[in-house]
Amino acid sequence: MALVETSGLGGITTAHSGYWSGVARRLVRDPVTMICLTILVLLILSAIFAPWLGLADPHKGSMIARLKPIGTEGHLLGTDEQGRDMLARLIYGGRLTLFIGLMPVVLAFFIGSVLGIIAGYAGGLTNTIIMRTVDVFFAFPSVLLAIAISGALGAGIVNSLVSLTIVFIPPITRVAEAVTSGVRALDYIDAARASGAKALTVIRVHVIGNVLSPIFVYATSLTSVCMILAAGLSFLGIGVRPPEPEWGLMLNTLRSAIYVDPWLSALPGLMIFVTSLCLNLLSDGVRSAMNVRD
Amino acid sequence: MTEKLVDIRNLTVRFKGARTVYAINDLSLSLKQGETLALLGESGSGKSVTLKTLLRLLPPRRSEIEGEIRVNGTDVQALSGKALQSYRGGEVSMVFQDPGLALDPVYTVGAQIAEAVMRHKGLRKEEAISTAFDMLQRVHIPSPERRLRNYPHELSGGMRQRVMIALALACRPRLLLADEPTTALDATVQIQILLLLRDLQREFGMGVIFVTHDIGVAVEVSERIAVMYAGRIVEEGTTHEIINDPRHPYTRGLLAANLHDIARGERLNAIPGAPPALEEPPSGCSFAPRCPMAGPVCRAGVPDFVNLGPRRRVACLRVDPVPAE
Repeated sequence: MALVETSGLGGITTAHSGYWSGVARRLVRDPVTMICLTILVLLILSAIFAPWLGLADPHKGSMIARLKPIGTEGHLLGTDEQGRDMLARLIYGGRLTLFIGLMPVVLAFFIGSVLGIIAGYAGGLTNTIIMRTVDVFFAFPSVLLAIAISGALGAGIVNSLVSLTIVFIPPITRVAEAVTSGVRALDYIDAARASGAKALTVIRVHVIGNVLSPIFVYATSLTSVCMILAAGLSFLGIGVRPPEPEWGLMLNTLRSAIYVDPWLSALPGLMIFVTSLCLNLLSDGVRSAMNVRD
Repeated sequence: MTEKLVDIRNLTVRFKGARTVYAINDLSLSLKQGETLALLGESGSGKSVTLKTLLRLLPPRRSEIEGEIRVNGTDVQALSGKALQSYRGGEVSMVFQDPGLALDPVYTVGAQIAEAVMRHKGLRKEEAISTAFDMLQRVHIPSPERRLRNYPHELSGGMRQRVMIALALACRPRLLLADEPTTALDATVQIQILLLLRDLQREFGMGVIFVTHDIGVAVEVSERIAVMYAGRIVEEGTTHEIINDPRHPYTRGLLAANLHDIARGERLNAIPGAPPALEEPPSGCSFAPRCPMAGPVCRAGVPDFVNLGPRRRVACLRVDPVPAE
């Protein structure tokens, strides 16, 4: 047949072009995930480009224009208890909040995966040492642990990053260890060793290739928890310090205004709620889109 | 006489742990270049352990291995580091029982074959891929250029086993270990895979050790059969000798237990009893408790091999010098 393509050997690839385009296609067909993705992208973009959006100065207060309601002229979302523009503070606040909400999970993802994969692959004594140490952290509720570490280290952005990272390492290590020891027992790991692969190659190619996506999906589901914890730390005054705009901190300072203007006071909380909800739904959507085997 | 490809002498494997398991007891085995040997035995008789020992795949901390294993003159027990890596996959490779589990689900089959070829032959990626393509053609996979880009889960069981064979043979090993490669497949596919393995063995002239519990499969693929029971070889000979003139009562029992000559409704000829637990070293013939011919002398000590001819031996005290019947 003239239509049969006779591609030369040079044209042969082992890449499966269909996989990622398949994932993308399934994602596009999922309206909930797409809406969440759009909201998150808008939030992140506005946070990044906040200085160029022509917003009011988030630090500049006014003694006269305090606690203006939503819809006031010149202050679309009103002003806070010190007369600072709420819209500007919410958008600028996204910078810190998203950073503190996502960075610990990213850091914990790397550290926890390394620990968990080592523990799961090595087994024996190494496994016992790593996993029992991790278990110690499980004895405390994560909120309490974050507060305790932050409290001990003192307030500040770096310290909250550190304490939240420590809080998220144990669960990620747990998952990584469980997945890795499951994969290690499978025939294809033996098959890779039987075909002469070095231990490092086996881990790098065959173990990591198989465990990374479940760990990643689990980690994305932690981002919303992390954001809430970060906001919680700021709310308690052991995270970001005023006058920096941050959603948790804003929620705290506006607390006293709740009887004056409940809607205004709820705005930072609404932002936290929407962002963490979107992160959760997005992680669910990505998980089901990536799962081709069922 | 040609050089022995595989020479296993007095191999003993024990697994330590909560309880010690005597998996292989004093096993000796040899294979010539280009020969196909079937290791025949029921579950737990030590067939797969023998193969894994040959590739040093057993967990080193939990297993105690004694004896000598030489493949093509090299002492396998002494290999380490780079030498072990080039031995595994380069000299000897293995086809696993369930191809669905032995292929990595997150890589395309082409990438997996290419990976092994690049490792052992030091080829560039494009060359490795064209080798992979060539191998897929040799194992008769339809539209191989498309299959290269497929993930294992997109292929059928028989196709996966073909890929597994292509992967094992891509580096032209001298010895192929096949661990029940057809057990996970259905009957019509089984025979295709067996025929393919037999053809490829002739084409490449490699030695094959074929582990199976199915006597029919053993007859189909191999020139020689070694029957294993409770971690030792009880009888060895050419396929013809084993089938037509079995000497060990266990081998006779196995042959009598086949389903072909049984009329409907008739009771099947099974060997009474079950294989022994391997938690203590054998003090007598392991088969004695199930053997119709056993006497006190069988339980007194482990029977030595009786050599009935060149490379024909049986470990039974009751074996008669003349063929039965």
